[in-house]
Amino acid sequence: MEQSKAKIKMFLSRFFKSRELQDEDDIFALGFVNSLFAMQLVMFLEKEFNIVMEPGDLDIDHFRTIKAIVNFVDSKADVNVS
Amino acid sequence: MNFDLTAEQLEAKENFESFAKTCIEPYARQMDSRQETPDEVLSSLKQGGYLGANISEQYGGKGWDSMILSFLHEEIGKSCSSIRSLLTVHGMVAYAIQKWGSPEQKKRWLPDLASGVKTGAFALTEKDAGSDASALRTEAAQDELGYIINGAKKWTTYGQTADLLLVFARLEGEITAFIVEGSASGITRTAVTGLLGLRGSMTADLTFENCRIPKENLLGRKGAGLSHVVQFCLDYGRFSIACGCVGIAQASLEASLRYSGERKQFERTLIEHQLIQKMITEMEVHTSAARLLCRQAAYSRDTLHPDCVLQTWKAKYFASITASQAAKDAVQIHGANGCSSLYPVERYMRDAKIMEIIEGTNQIHELMISSYTFGQFK
Repeated sequence: MEQSKAKIKMFLSRFFKSRELQDEDDIFALGFVNSLFAMQLVMFLEKEFNIVMEPGDLDIDHFRTIKAIVNFVDSKADVNVS
Repeated sequence: MNFDLTAEQLEAKENFESFAKTCIEPYARQMDSRQETPDEVLSSLKQGGYLGANISEQYGGKGWDSMILSFLHEEIGKSCSSIRSLLTVHGMVAYAIQKWGSPEQKKRWLPDLASGVKTGAFALTEKDAGSDASALRTEAAQDELGYIINGAKKWTTYGQTADLLLVFARLEGEITAFIVEGSASGITRTAVTGLLGLRGSMTADLTFENCRIPKENLLGRKGAGLSHVVQFCLDYGRFSIACGCVGIAQASLEASLRYSGERKQFERTLIEHQLIQKMITEMEVHTSAARLLCRQAAYSRDTLHPDCVLQTWKAKYFASITASQAAKDAVQIHGANGCSSLYPVERYMRDAKIMEIIEGTNQIHELMISSYTFGQFK
């Protein structure tokens, strides 16, 4: 989980250069991301964690905070393993 | 990034070039003047499997990667931008279903899209929703049987003939994607004629009046239409158009080389005149640069790099400007002949101008690219 968090933080830091993101900061409320961010995030998560996003995964709450993204990625990894 | 093409890539490129020259180019002028796509061209595309270019082999498509697709869209774009635009919008619909469709939707639609039994069109733009797609007003209402769509779409490429429309509408206020069969009740298609360019692309305005579709036809998830489905589709569209623009620029260059090598003024061929040489030089260098940006975008897409989105914006931005300038210079080199439909360069010029507007105007590209670049700098 810590490794996942580090990778996600590293990716997000490209968009939040002037701010140290905390685990529960609301990424969308901070206003640093544009309309393409959601797409880039999907591509990053799919590649980095070898997961495939499905229509049911497109819930903004899965991507709102670092903590939520880590939980989402781990739950997808569990599904892939089982 | 390796600049050498593999044997497989070279073979594909040669096949596309030969196909475009034989099956597309001879019809390009007629398509432009008659403002339609002949059945023979569609049949050739189907036979060659080109409508399944970006669809996985699992569903009967070719499953070509972005590098191979860049060659396809360049070669088709070199012959006829209207047919390239068919590959673009059809590919966008296929891409959306492949990326965000349920297993049932993929099984139901992708084989027909791959074989060309059905063609697709992308219905996003509206009268007051162009660059600002979030302003769209088409509504979808849900009942126990499915969804009822009401609204109007503009400038739908191949909207006159498409069998499958990817329609974006507000469901309980949230922008959502729907797969609408062309045969559904309540759809009126009005041909848009007299366009500046892409005149063979069967463009239509569409109205949906109590158009009923089954509940299985929602694509993705409620509210994910703009944030995910549209973004992924437009990204594919931009990539396709960027490569098509390289094709227009290359065609402009080759037409100019042919003409300026034959035409004599002041007892010398045009190419012997230094101001013509300048235009040829700029065309050649800018076309090469645009092609390299497209290949960089293709490489980053194939390696799933998140920056591929920006690489694609950059490629489309530069390639559309290059195509426009190259075609304009080609007309200039051809002089009065260039203003006549006896030569293809005036068509290239009209088609190229459209490329600076569709899938994001160049001004929107400037906003996005500068914002991204500034964000990386901070």
